[in-house]
Amino acid sequence: MTAYPASDPALIADAARERRFFLSLSVPALVIVGLSAVLPILWILRQSFLNIGGDATLANWSKILNSGLTWSAMQTTFLLSGSTLVICVILGTPLALALASTTPRKANLLMIFLLLPLWTSILVRTYGWLVLLRREGLINGALQGIGLTSEPMPLVYNTTGVLVGMVHYMLPLYVLPVYAAMRDIDGSVVRAAASMGATLGQAIRTVILPLARGGIVSGSIIVFVYTLGFFITPAVLGGGKVNPIAIRIERTIGAFQDWGGASVLGMLLLLTVALVGAMVLALRRVAGVRHA
Amino acid sequence: MTPVPITFEAVRKSFGAYLALDNVSLAVAAGEFLTLLGPSGSGKTTLLMALAGFVRPDAGHIRLGERDITRLAPNLRDIGIVFQNYALFPHMTVRGNVEYPLRLRKTAADEMRQRVEAALDRVQLGHLADRDIAALSGGQRQRVALARAIVYEPRVMLMDEPLSALDKNLRESMQYEIRRLHDALGVTTIYVTHDQREALTMSDRIAVMDKGRIQQIDAPQAIYHRPATRFVAEFMGEANILPAAALRHSPGAGPKVGSVVIRAESFHLSPEGLGDAAVALDGRLVAKAFRGENWLLTVMTAAGQEVAMSIPATRAAGCADLAEGAVVAAFAAAGTVHPLAEVATP
Repeated sequence: MTAYPASDPALIADAARERRFFLSLSVPALVIVGLSAVLPILWILRQSFLNIGGDATLANWSKILNSGLTWSAMQTTFLLSGSTLVICVILGTPLALALASTTPRKANLLMIFLLLPLWTSILVRTYGWLVLLRREGLINGALQGIGLTSEPMPLVYNTTGVLVGMVHYMLPLYVLPVYAAMRDIDGSVVRAAASMGATLGQAIRTVILPLARGGIVSGSIIVFVYTLGFFITPAVLGGGKVNPIAIRIERTIGAFQDWGGASVLGMLLLLTVALVGAMVLALRRVAGVRHA
Repeated sequence: MTPVPITFEAVRKSFGAYLALDNVSLAVAAGEFLTLLGPSGSGKTTLLMALAGFVRPDAGHIRLGERDITRLAPNLRDIGIVFQNYALFPHMTVRGNVEYPLRLRKTAADEMRQRVEAALDRVQLGHLADRDIAALSGGQRQRVALARAIVYEPRVMLMDEPLSALDKNLRESMQYEIRRLHDALGVTTIYVTHDQREALTMSDRIAVMDKGRIQQIDAPQAIYHRPATRFVAEFMGEANILPAAALRHSPGAGPKVGSVVIRAESFHLSPEGLGDAAVALDGRLVAKAFRGENWLLTVMTAAGQEVAMSIPATRAAGCADLAEGAVVAAFAAAGTVHPLAEVATP
């Protein structure tokens, strides 16, 4: 065995200095996130254990966790997020495939249409849907005008109306990562599948979708997690009958001035998101993402 | 599997103003190994993709055997393709890739396993069947692509520059391997390359393409020694195109007008052993380089044209002592002086 000469401490120090420099680049972001997100969350956590007088108590937690309203709000939240996710996957995946298969020029043009909703205020869009969907609205007017229905259909102030608004908002955010993943698939791989006898449907199922899996998973997480906290859309289009957890929080403060209870609900929502995140990570590890 | 002939009849394809295929007609015999050779943009890959069904011609017909497949969907053509970048499925193992065409054909599990093993053994990859594609080297991926293309015994095999990503040694051994595979399977094969040496090594016939047209189609030796056009002569390696008048001719040797092609390796530094019919060329040495198996000399004629000469080490006596500027007289047997069909060089 040859004895190697000892490493030069000056060179090791240089390497350490370089690492420290790159780490230090993340300090501004860490400070902002710490001040604007982590601190308030800790403050809310603390508040959930305080009564109006400012004394420590578990009453807020036991009251919220034992309330039927809380669990029905949770159920509504999951129903809305889950349904929005399913509809986005069904509508958005073919759309992303269409975008990815056309020429870059056309794809860019179509992309503008896709992103247009994102550049409009969510309030404007939500009230826009109200105009279209209400009893005397455009859609019901047209349906009765051509004689398809005699009575106005209940399209808004219910789950249907809320889902329409939520899907409209989330669809671009789902399509973007899926489109990016599909565009990166090498066209010759699809041609290879066809040359071996695969129909277009078989090629999509066995090659394109598996290779776009990373994008589909990312898009799905975005849709599901994002919609867990939706407030404006159910507030306007739900007409008081569709009450996910965000609306519950607003009522708890607005109607009852119960800051402690609202804090508990907020923490529950945060826990839910964290749980979903942990589940996705665990699934990923189990499935063994071979090609991410 | 009986091999089938392939026929292109006046196939034309343009991309906007660019004419990629200019009424190409070509007949490939059943079981033949034909190479499309040409620079990039010559139309060779377009022709291949038209046969595969991924490029729709503007006009013309393509036949497999008797059947007109011009409008047939790609997945119904029963053609095996090895792509330039292999186009393996990265989300499947080696076995998954090779099984893929058999699964589409709903082959029974037993038979599928046998055929996959046989195909992998043929390319010496049997021991790597359960590896991920990402864990393979370039040469191994190349073999997987080959196995996947032969496992379903397609009637025709297309290869689009399949060796261009490999290093030189591997490329050369794969050339023999692919040719051996072809000889064993007897499947009609069209091979695309821009490497003239590869084309010469592997092919039954070579079709040299340029600007969307087939410039010459013939056996490798004929293409090399008797190029039909200036383009073919220049593309096939170190060819010198000289006005015949620049040469001194022994009585009755070679044409005296027009242009002639003389390969670099046809030159000798002494007329000994060349027989009575020979030509000679005078000039001054401009540059020389020793390359192991040969010396490369660049000689400038009195008319100012540079001529490349490759003198094999076995008869290179005196090359090492030649100084730049030295007067050189070079000789070539009349049989190696090939007249070009076109008019004199400008």
